[in-house]
Amino acid sequence: MKLSGSEIIIECLKKEKVKYIFGYPGGAVLHIYDALFKDKEIKHVLVRHEQGATHAADGYARACNKPGIVLVTSGPGITNCVTGLATAHMDSIPMIVISGQVSRQYVGSDAFQEADATGITRPITKHNFLIDDINSIAETFKKAFIIATSGRPGPVLIDIPKDLTDPNVKIPFNYPKKINIRSYKPQKKENDIKIQQAAELICNAKKPMIYTGGGIILGKADKQLHQLVKKLKYPITSTLMGLGGFPSSNQEFLGMLGMHGTYEANMAMHECDVLLAIGARFDDRVTGDTSKFCPKAKIIHIDIDPSSISKIIQVDLSLIGETASILKKLNSYITRHIKKIDYSSIDKWWNKINKWKKKKCLAYTKSNKIIKPQLVIEKLYEFTQGDAYVTSDVGQHQMWVAQYYKFDKPNRWINSGGLGTMGFGLPAAMGAQLAFPKSNVVCVTGEASILMCIQELSTCLQYRLPIKIVNLNNRYMGMVRQWQEFFYEGRYAMSYVDAIPDFSKLAESFGHVGVRIDKPEQLDTMLKDALNIKNKLVFIDVITDQTENVYPMIQSGKGHHEMHLSPTNEDTELA
Amino acid sequence: MKDKRYIISLLVENEFGSLSRIAGLFSARGYNIHSLNVAPTNDESISRMTLVTFCSDQKINQLMKQLDKLVDVVNVKDLTQETHLEREMLLLKLRCKKNQREELKRLTDIFRARIIDVTDTTYTIEMTGVTDKLLAFLTSLGEINIIEMVRSGSLGISRGVESLEVNKRGKK
Repeated sequence: MKLSGSEIIIECLKKEKVKYIFGYPGGAVLHIYDALFKDKEIKHVLVRHEQGATHAADGYARACNKPGIVLVTSGPGITNCVTGLATAHMDSIPMIVISGQVSRQYVGSDAFQEADATGITRPITKHNFLIDDINSIAETFKKAFIIATSGRPGPVLIDIPKDLTDPNVKIPFNYPKKINIRSYKPQKKENDIKIQQAAELICNAKKPMIYTGGGIILGKADKQLHQLVKKLKYPITSTLMGLGGFPSSNQEFLGMLGMHGTYEANMAMHECDVLLAIGARFDDRVTGDTSKFCPKAKIIHIDIDPSSISKIIQVDLSLIGETASILKKLNSYITRHIKKIDYSSIDKWWNKINKWKKKKCLAYTKSNKIIKPQLVIEKLYEFTQGDAYVTSDVGQHQMWVAQYYKFDKPNRWINSGGLGTMGFGLPAAMGAQLAFPKSNVVCVTGEASILMCIQELSTCLQYRLPIKIVNLNNRYMGMVRQWQEFFYEGRYAMSYVDAIPDFSKLAESFGHVGVRIDKPEQLDTMLKDALNIKNKLVFIDVITDQTENVYPMIQSGKGHHEMHLSPTNEDTELA
Repeated sequence: MKDKRYIISLLVENEFGSLSRIAGLFSARGYNIHSLNVAPTNDESISRMTLVTFCSDQKINQLMKQLDKLVDVVNVKDLTQETHLEREMLLLKLRCKKNQREELKRLTDIFRARIIDVTDTTYTIEMTGVTDKLLAFLTSLGEINIIEMVRSGSLGISRGVESLEVNKRGKK
């Protein structure tokens, strides 16, 4: 069978079982769109801005652990993908971006809509390709899927000049089943002796602590992690990216750690004698001042990426490979060594942790005059039975979801942790909703963030995506305002937006339902009713306390034991 | 911590962007490139690079891992960790007055360099050796005026039977 370059692209995607493409047409990809038009299997989702396509593909990937696919044109099409690629790259999300390029004869001539796509995206992709021969399209797609989804996942860009997709030039199509990339062989297995050493170290601990990250979710290691924690009965904390990797409602879970982590999680990090880090990368928002990080602990680090080991914090023992398979082996070694655990020490350790817990660091001052943002998240958790796919943008609302929505399952919490991309939440929710059409998908956002990709409300109508948007509207860029209050003596430079739209009317104009909640006594019923509206996107604009801050907080440059607590629990005695 | 000199050998896929990926990694992560040499090898699909950088022990470990992580890098080795040979080539165009010609010829012989081009006012000299030797020669020139200097940057290879193979270390 002979196929054109465009048809080959579609066939490659089908061989990879791709269901959705998020994209936007343009000159350099018109041949591909024509081939797509004739195809019956793959569904194309037309976004309203290419940034939305990348975030939607990203949200899809995070929700269902399959690579998200993006198709855009050359020039502005691909430059609009830069933020989305960087977002996926920072959080190791598998994604394939196919970008059209001007025909080969024009490359390098500053042609209309020409941009050096591979040059621009080189530092923000795991790898990228510029195809220069129709015969290498199939092979390149195979490589791209392998690279995007294996090892530490990440986005891959494939740039294709228009002439290679010409419908009149056809070649035999053959999709390679297997391919050897000699320069790319991620390590999968770790030496058993090292795993055994780790097991012994873990079982000999007196004040152990487990710290997990997004690697649990990307590596589908939540079951093995659950077995490990239940076997050991050790305390566990998670990074922002790892939430849901271990059930938050379980008693071993101390909440998130780091800059806005809980008192108990951060204090336990500071005091522990053995730290088991799994699929986490010692990000600066987690470690605070690295010279004060876990000063008493021997550190074991499990990660698939060798370059994550001892990058920020020097570790004592590293296990490199797939988190799930390493944890499985670790579990069996721990079963052999479990008698070595000194449970009287572990009990003492728990007593100490329970005293820290009594601090109730997430307590906040209730009000019957104004809606407290934390309460909105608590109610959201209650009304969705803690089982929604929740996306967020970036800022205070993101931290409040992380603190108050107790994720029990992996893949439910979808946010831009590494890059911190405002505008991520709504398109990401589109991806999650398409991955799970029958599940509840909620986008928690703020009035500043939502405006960064608001155009996607139009896409949501076209595909009838019944997303629920919860807008914590405090008329401030809340996190910027919080830092200005703390560190700039309350000089609120540019953190207040003076002209905010009427969001419920805005949503209505896009063909959706808009709801505005501004009185505390309305919150329960109105939020519940809005969330219960079936088959419709509902924009729930909640007018919240303008001055509320996210606590606890570790200032940059401080250690885990140097938290700022909320004024609400400042007066409670330190345990 | 004082920075040390490291000489790194890389085998990279001979594809577009390979050089740019490596150069980009250095600039993005704040490492310096002291010298860099790239050329094809006996295997036409592969280029070999030799790179010299100055950094701390901790940084070199991270740098090696980051280089190894690049998809186009087939293999990478820190030659400084083993006995190795290094050579660098220097091409030098010197302004040479009549009364300096004798002296310059003598210096060239002492350093086992070669004069490869002559005009009535210039000498062009070729020299290979370890970097220290090239620098010693440059110092010895004293008053003699350098018109142009071209250096290849260091090239390196392991001593003995050791070699940098196409199969990645430990990942066969």
